[in-house]
Parts: sequence; C-alpha cells; structure tokens
Amino acid sequence: MTVRIRTLDELLTPPAAGSSELSTQEYFVNMGPQHPIAHGSLRLVIRLDGETVKEVIPVPGFVHRGIEKMCEKITPRQVIHLTDRLDYFSAIMNNWGVAKLVEKAAGIETNGRIETIRTIMAELQRIQSHMLWWGVLGMDLGAFTAFLYAFRDREIISELFEETIGARLTMNYVRPGGVMFDIFPDFPAKVRKLLGYLGPIMDEYDTLLSGNVILQERLRNIGVLDPKRAVALGCTGPVLRGSGVPMDLRKTAPYGRYGDVEFNVAIGTMGDCWDRYYVRMEEIRQSLRIIEQLVDGIPEGPVNVIKASARITIPEGTYYDQIETARGILGIMLVSDGKSPNPYRIHFRSPNFNNMWAVTAIAPGWRIADIISIQSSLDLVIPEIDR
Amino acid sequence: MTYLTLAATQGAFKTVTVSERTAQAFADGSWILALVYILAAVGALGALVTVVGLVLIYAERKIAAHFQCRLGPMRVGWHGILQTVADAIKLLLKEDVIPERADKAMHLLAPFLSMMATVMILGVLPYSPILQIVDLNIGVLYVTAISGFGVMGILLGGWSSNNKWSMVGAMRAGAQIISYEISATLALLVVVLFSGSMSLAEIVQSQDAGWWVWRAHGVGLVAFIIFVIAVTAEINRTPFDIPEGESELAAGFHTEYSGLRFSFFFLAEFINMFVVSAMAITLFLGGWMPFHIGTGGAFNGAMDLIPPVLWFFGKTSAVVFLIMWFRWTFPRLRVDQLMYLEWKVLLPIGFVNLFAAAVVVLYNLYPFPIIVP
Repeated sequence: MTVRIRTLDELLTPPAAGSSELSTQEYFVNMGPQHPIAHGSLRLVIRLDGETVKEVIPVPGFVHRGIEKMCEKITPRQVIHLTDRLDYFSAIMNNWGVAKLVEKAAGIETNGRIETIRTIMAELQRIQSHMLWWGVLGMDLGAFTAFLYAFRDREIISELFEETIGARLTMNYVRPGGVMFDIFPDFPAKVRKLLGYLGPIMDEYDTLLSGNVILQERLRNIGVLDPKRAVALGCTGPVLRGSGVPMDLRKTAPYGRYGDVEFNVAIGTMGDCWDRYYVRMEEIRQSLRIIEQLVDGIPEGPVNVIKASARITIPEGTYYDQIETARGILGIMLVSDGKSPNPYRIHFRSPNFNNMWAVTAIAPGWRIADIISIQSSLDLVIPEIDR
Repeated sequence: MTYLTLAATQGAFKTVTVSERTAQAFADGSWILALVYILAAVGALGALVTVVGLVLIYAERKIAAHFQCRLGPMRVGWHGILQTVADAIKLLLKEDVIPERADKAMHLLAPFLSMMATVMILGVLPYSPILQIVDLNIGVLYVTAISGFGVMGILLGGWSSNNKWSMVGAMRAGAQIISYEISATLALLVVVLFSGSMSLAEIVQSQDAGWWVWRAHGVGLVAFIIFVIAVTAEINRTPFDIPEGESELAAGFHTEYSGLRFSFFFLAEFINMFVVSAMAITLFLGGWMPFHIGTGGAFNGAMDLIPPVLWFFGKTSAVVFLIMWFRWTFPRLRVDQLMYLEWKVLLPIGFVNLFAAAVVVLYNLYPFPIIVP
C-alpha cells in the first residue's frame, strides 16, 4: 500500500470545479483553536461538502511548552511536577509512571503501603477524570446539566485530594521511592463514604444521560473504529478497548496492587462512540470495585523508602516503562548517561497524541455534529498532545 | 369588575378587543379616547416585550440553576432579581461590532426582522376577554405567516455575517423552521376544524365546554403533543437548537453579533418562547378560560374567581416551564435526525391526525356540543 503524503497547503487548495456531475462546492472550516469543541487548543481543519465531513486534519501544537526539553535540565524527581502538566486529569498516574521508571532504573524497592496508596489514589483520579469526561461529553452534545452533575460529584474526590495532597489539579504526589504525604487517619473512612455515594450516582448518570434516546442516537453506530485500525493507529486506553481489544496494562502487566485485586476490563463490541462511552462508564464502576477491595487493608509502613533529599543515580542506559492512565498508555523513555543526575533525554509517548489521529480515520463521511460526538468520545487532553 | 370574574360561571364571555373599542370611539366621534386606546395598546405591547423578556431570562437562569443543583444569580438584587437588568445594561453599553466583510445593510436589518416577527404576534393574542389588541378573523393564519417571517431574520443574519459557521447555522435554521412549520400548522388545523373558526378569540370561546386537548377524543392530545414538539423546534430550543449548536457552530447564526443587536436575537428567542406557549394554550388549553371539572359546584366557582388574565399567564408559564425543562434535560439532535423526525415521523402522524379530526367533526362523533359563534 502506498500512501501519498499531502501537505496542508495542498489540502487547503480548493478542488477543481465540476469534477463530478452532482458535485457541490467543497469548503474548509477551522474548528479551533478557539472553538467550544476544542477543549484546549486543538485546530481541526475540516473539509466539508455541505454538512458532510470529507476530511479532518488535526493541527496540534498550540500549547507546546517544551516539557521534554525542560526535563533534560532537572533531576528525575523534579520531572514529576512537569508530568502533572501533561494530562492534568491523570496527574497522579503520570507521576507514578515516572516514579515507576526511576525506581526500576535505580533499583529502588517500595513497600506495600506505598503501592496501596498509589493504587487507591490513581483509581480515584481515574474516576475523577472519567466523570469530567462524562460531563463534558454531555455538554458537547447539548445536555448542559450533565456537566454540572459531574462537577458536583467530582468535587468530593477533589476535596479528598486536597485534604491529602494539598492540590486539586497538579498533584505532584507520587515520587520515586514513595509518595509525598501520608494519608490522613480517617482517609479510609472518607473513601468508604465516597464509595457508598458514587455507586448509586452511577445509576443516576445512566438515568440522566446514558438511557436518553437522543444520546443513543448521537452515539450509536457513529464513528466506528475497527480493532485493526485502532491498533495500527496506536490508540490505547478506552478508545482501543472500545474497539474490542482487551488491552489494559493493569491486567496484562500488573503494577502497584492491581495484581492482587479483582476487577474486569470493559471492552466494546463495535468500536462506535457508544462503546467508547460505555467502556468509560464501566471503568468507573470497576475502579470503585478496586478501591473497595484495597481501602480496608492499607498495610502499615513508611510512605517513603528513600530520603526526599537522597540523590538518585540512574546507571547509564536507556529505560522504558509504561503506565495505564485514564486515557491510555503513557510510555516514558529515559536515556541516562550515568554521570549527570539529570536525564540525558526523556520522551513521553502520550496516549492522546495517538488517540487524536483516530479522528482522521473515523470522521470522514459523517456530519459536522458527529465530529463533536467523535471528539468527545476520544476524550482528548490537548496539553498532553503538544507537551 | 364582576363581569370579569363571575361571568365565567355563565359560560358566556363577551370579547371586546382594543381595536373594537377604538373603532367604537372613532364612530362616537371621540378622537381623544381613540388616541388613548391606540397609545395604551402600543405602550402595553412595549411593556409586555420588556417584562416578558426580563422575567423569562431570569426564570430560565433560575430554573436551570435549580435543575443543576446550584443557586443561579444571587448577587444583583434580592436573589439576583436585577441580574437581567444588569445584563441588559451591559449589552446596551457594549460596542456594536460589524465584521468588515459583512453585508452591512442586511447585517443591521436582520435582528430587527427577527424581533418584529415576534412582536407582531403579541398583538393578536387573547390575554383575556377584554385584553386583546386586535382579533383578526384569520388570526391563526396570521400567526403562522408571521412566525414564518421570523426565519428571514435568522437567515439574513447568518448569511450576511460572512462567516462559514454562521452560514451553516442560518441554513440549518432555514431548513428546520420551514420543516417544522408544516407540523405545527397541521396540529393547529385540527383545532381550527373543531372550533370552526380561525379567529383566536373565537377559538378560546369554543373551548367553553372543555379544552380541545381532551375534548377532542385523543385527536386533540396528539395534535397538542405534535404542536409542542414542532414549536420547540421552530424557536430553536434544545433538543432542536441545531442552528445555534453551541458546541459545534460556536453560536451559529448570531456568532458575529454583539451588543444590542445580539440582545435583539436573544430577546426574540425568549419572546418567541412566550408566543408559542401562549399559542399552545390558546389553541389547546382553553386560553384564558378557567379550569373546570363538570359544571357548577364550589370548585368551579372558586376557579372562576381567578381573573382570566392570570389564567392566561399561569398556563403560559406552565408551557414555558415545560420547554425550559426540555432544554436542561435533553442533548441535542443531529441535523439529519431532526429532519427524519419531522418528515418521517411527525408529518405522517400529523396528516393522519388531521384526517381523523376531519372524520370526527364531519360525522359529529363526539358527545360534546360545539359552540359555533
């Protein structure tokens, strides 16, 4: 198969008139970078024929901050706070990704308490992230109430984070060899209360939005991403699982306490927007299950196995590790020269970057309004794409 | 004032419109009285537009807030009651931006067309037996024609803005409003068939023995549901707010409008909501008629004590609340789904319903007598 590579300029040139008898004039619109659907600053150049989408070209890069370059000037411990700024709805999972890599590279052993706290926090964040996505999807499709319901319930988790970590968005919590702060004494009780609240809330969400006939019409059979295409595009996370590929690092390569707990991986059957929607809804329920199993038996022990000021030396070599964030697999490659405490090079394989290109594959042929459904179901966080 | 309140029990309201009074005054040679009537009518219309606009915008914000577990505006005045006034002043003071490449004349004209279409309908609505500015013998036709005229403002506004999103929004609005006008008209014709008149005042009078929504043997109920769905689409409210489609088209046809001109579109939308709700209750829910169960009795007597104008605004508020409820509950439909709903679902049902209504009326298949004025 040969691929003819076309430049953006070439694509934007209007096609010759009258190429077909029934052809109408095609036109381009810019969806973003300043557009209500561009949550962040993603520019989508859309070639349209009336309401029908002919082609979508994502143009990322508006929030490029050079995070990877910045990482070369700081120690791995300082990298943690930059990972908060990648996908800020999976901050703890991003932190954990770097911590896991550094621990692997430097040979640091953690204890059960650290891993349990990390797992609980990561799952809480996954729930929080998916709730935000749910609300935003509702808002994108015109159901504004869903947005505020999601924020109301998300707030409870945020407060829990605030109480433990002191931050609500940029956590900077998990660090190599431990976590920043110990949990407070009545944390398990508060989490249990939260679980008791969120369980019935999920049914309320289903009543409000999932069961709505208009929402089903807007999501079912729209934007079908077949499994082969999804794998070829490098999609991960709920986008890949929505297409029916059972790929979840928490199951396939368990880290933290995921190997000890019982949970199921939700996968879709068709790969349409609805499957991606419901996979995430089910993931919230599964995350609740994971937390429920862990919260009652948090082992005792220190929450840091190395001193916060200890110098971490990473032997010379190239290291790679990956972690399942709320949006897919975050892969981190670290090259160390063995002399400097700073990494020689860090690269983040961000899940959103690959998931974003799915829109080019699945949007053509659908309507303008379907771009909204597809974009929402991909759940993109733009700063992670641009880094 | 006993006429207003107690005559309801007699089942014989006499309608006197302002235009009739004016004509009478002219005939009597009392020019000053006629002038007073005309000025009062114009002033009342202006006041109604302002008050309905302010109240509905405030109500929408408060209702939305309480649906969404929050308080809504609370700072300006008691429970934020002056928030809308503050917003209106803000919009008045804002710069009126006209895009450089816009068709200036059309761009300036569009909001006024949109606004005019709604205000012109307010003049024919029967608010109470004595509160109606003019009662046209083709009132229903007039309302349909003028509300169809409103789409011109939207089309012009979107087209003249010279913005692709606005253009898409305007074209969607055009297609949508014209399509749903058909269903609304079919539903409306059912009532015209039953009441035997196109005058709005007479349609209200014809519901003396029972409102058409249930007196017409199910046909009326179906027509009412079709009418409510169709008018919700006609005034571009969620789930049919595709022309504005905030998340897809930025703001649709009014993307390029700011300041006062934007507020005209905005106000027109809210007045429109009032107008279609008023039409729905005039046609199906007895207009200003009080709610009666059977004939006579203490309950009916108590109902009659409430003045007709309160009945009118109360019922209208109920329908307005219903439309707001839709907005804060439903997601938005897609364009082709919207067209499917109209042409393949509502339109066939509407035609069958109209046919059934014709059969019912022709063979006199219902037990209630019709009052033919």
